[in-house]
Amino acid sequence: MTGLTVSPSVPRKRRSNWQLLMANRLAAAGLFLFGFIALLAILAPVLPLPNPDITDQPNRLLPPLSDGHLLGTDHLGRDILARLIWGTQISLIVGISATALAAIFGSLIGLVAGYMRGATDTVLMRFVDMLMAFPYILLAIAIVAALGPGLLNALYAIAIVNIPFFARNIRGVTVSVRNREFVEAARLSGKSHPAILFTEVLPNVLPVIVITMSTTVGWMILETAGLSFLGLGAQPPTADLGSMLGQARAQLFTAPHASIIPGVMIFALVMSINLLGDGVRDVLDPRLRSGALDRPMAVTKIRRKAKPAPTIENAPSLVVEHLTTGFDDGGHLTPAVKGISFRLDKGECLGLIGESGSGKSVTALSLMGLVASPPGLITDGAVYIDGRDVLGLREQELIALRGARVSYVFQDPLTTLHPLYRVGEQVAEAILAHQAVGKSAAKTRAIALMETVGIRDAAERSRAYPHELSGGQRQRIGIAMALANDPDIIIADEPTTALDVTVQARILDLLQNLRRERGLALLLITHDFGVVAQVCDRVAVMKNGEIVEQGVTDTILRDPQHDYTKRLIACVPELGEGQRFLARVRPLFEEAGA
Amino acid sequence: MTGPAVQMRDLVKTFGGGRGLFGREASTVQAVRGISLDLKRGETLGVVGESGSGKSTLARMLVGLEKPSSGTMLIDGRPWEDLARSGTRAFGRTIQYVFQDPVASLNPRKTIGEILDVPLKLLCGYENTKRRARKRELVDAVQMPLDTLERYPHEFSGGQAQRIAIARALAAEASILVLDEPVSALDVSVQAQVLLLLQDLRNSLGLSYLFISHDLAVVESISDRVAVMYLGEVVEVAPAAQLFAAPQHEYTRTLIASAPRLETAESPA
Repeated sequence: MTGLTVSPSVPRKRRSNWQLLMANRLAAAGLFLFGFIALLAILAPVLPLPNPDITDQPNRLLPPLSDGHLLGTDHLGRDILARLIWGTQISLIVGISATALAAIFGSLIGLVAGYMRGATDTVLMRFVDMLMAFPYILLAIAIVAALGPGLLNALYAIAIVNIPFFARNIRGVTVSVRNREFVEAARLSGKSHPAILFTEVLPNVLPVIVITMSTTVGWMILETAGLSFLGLGAQPPTADLGSMLGQARAQLFTAPHASIIPGVMIFALVMSINLLGDGVRDVLDPRLRSGALDRPMAVTKIRRKAKPAPTIENAPSLVVEHLTTGFDDGGHLTPAVKGISFRLDKGECLGLIGESGSGKSVTALSLMGLVASPPGLITDGAVYIDGRDVLGLREQELIALRGARVSYVFQDPLTTLHPLYRVGEQVAEAILAHQAVGKSAAKTRAIALMETVGIRDAAERSRAYPHELSGGQRQRIGIAMALANDPDIIIADEPTTALDVTVQARILDLLQNLRRERGLALLLITHDFGVVAQVCDRVAVMKNGEIVEQGVTDTILRDPQHDYTKRLIACVPELGEGQRFLARVRPLFEEAGA
Repeated sequence: MTGPAVQMRDLVKTFGGGRGLFGREASTVQAVRGISLDLKRGETLGVVGESGSGKSTLARMLVGLEKPSSGTMLIDGRPWEDLARSGTRAFGRTIQYVFQDPVASLNPRKTIGEILDVPLKLLCGYENTKRRARKRELVDAVQMPLDTLERYPHEFSGGQAQRIAIARALAAEASILVLDEPVSALDVSVQAQVLLLLQDLRNSLGLSYLFISHDLAVVESISDRVAVMYLGEVVEVAPAAQLFAAPQHEYTRTLIASAPRLETAESPA
């Protein structure tokens, strides 16, 4: 490998799953409570408990704390503590087995339906829909009625009614995994469909199965208890939490403890499992773990060591001084931008160029405090817009600047435009966010803006949804939104990377013309030296969060000073160079020992 | 064997058009409209075109991931239908595919060793010891360290992952490689390295490449001949140097004119 290769990311200090689970206090409490109950249930045969099935009529309905019966006795004089612990054991076994059965069959249906798609998918999923069309408990009762009452039949019934839940969940995940390229790659490697399903797809779906199981066990126990309560599950004299509750119902007023005690046990068991299940889901779900589902704060957290001067005199449009941004990863700060400084004059175009991971996008987002926090954190530096340090402003003032004085154009407008609103409305919304104008006035302005960015039949096209437009047109809409409030500075983050070359040329022309006509300052972030050469007056080269070189584009392209810049430029193939390109770059990598 | 590595004649691929549940005919899209192309042995044929030009559909038909609607293909002298009838393994042994996104094409839950094992076992039918030796050779061939085999895909950068994906394609010992935008997701310096690697492998193993890209300069740097695709048709085929020096077709000229260049032609006012 050469010095230029992006090294594999330094292993980040990730907290282990166990630590994460323990950090969630509710989940930890659930785990300990559940562990305690499960331990009691497992130890039932060795605990010094009286036989739970021996009746003792003279001592019926003794209150708790009676002599020899810690929790009293029931209407037949049986020891409630013994029945409670044995009953918990049965409820747990039934609940967990039912979950396992439902998980196996439900996941199988989901996997096959999601992988095969087409007719198989339709038939299997309509079958699942049929199961779901019946009221839940009614279906369970019907199944038990058909099979005859009994604990085992109740288990089957509960497993069957829960199959749809697993099947639908797993099918959804399978569909998305199946469309990933590694599945096709496995086919080209010679794997058969069943082998792909079970060795390539299943490992990627497994976490979802585990998560779904952990969140359903509690329900299953509750349902078993429900069926037993109705007399359809455990048959006398077998103790089971639901049947204990059902049998004690008649004495609810004379001896409430006989029904309250199993009720509390069901509550404790189901609560603890659900809390634990939520905790397990939070730990295993990668989106939750990465914090992607956390609500980010409105402005990046700013914790600067030194307070810079709040204003500077005679400043150009944008001055960035010693900007430092990092990501707080559980107490460990990973720097992404390390003290960079640059300035942007009115009407000027500065190119910020770098390879992936060089920190150029984080730089762009830091300027307006748009880096998601947590984990983003600005630790040093200042951003002056018209001489005022915006990082020192109050939150509301900074938000008011966004889109008004400084606006952004992003790489892929398909992901930044809202798919359910017409593009005209979205441009109008950008106007309304900052200007007190009427709705129809905003609409007229929006259409005018769309004409400015070169969309033909703008009035007609303003009624289109984003997916009805081509990539180039969508990017024009993105630019129209950026222009909505006559900003002074536009920050364009890889605005043409997702576009074809012919479209790219036209979008770059558009940006160039707008800059000339409106005196806009443009900060163009890109990885492409060709784009820089075409539109930028000056260029700054970023590497590992630092600017290694900046200057006038022509000079840097013709006479790069820093080794990194030299290499970057040398690695760009020139049209018309043909196979000489490879011969030219070969020594660059050989001397580095590749 | 003589004859070209791949021969395509009047290849057409139409998507959609099936009947729905209630007998309504779905609308159709012609992704590939009558393509005839030859890939000679030991040659690199570049295919350039913009999104929607049908170049990926063409590639996917070649490796058997899509079925052509009409037309004929000879791959390594064997008709496409023959290969299709004998199943994916027959395809895998003759022609291999390198995906655009290297990270997405490697199963995140398998080590590189496990990933490379599959084609060696299923396509080449090697014994355990032979497989272990081959895996080390392959990792070495794509200039990666040996401990690569025990690691997982997420531990590698894009360029390294693409080397691994190339190693997997080589594992099948097929002599034809279809490379679908193999360097588009990579940084320029890494891109140059992967291109060098591809060139070395072709020269040392006598491979034939169908190299698909939207980037003219990249295609030019590695290809012997270049085919330009536009809306599902090949509008021009010519030796690389000739195509870029004297483009014949109007669309080729537009493509070449649009490509960004390093010389700052006009200094912006």
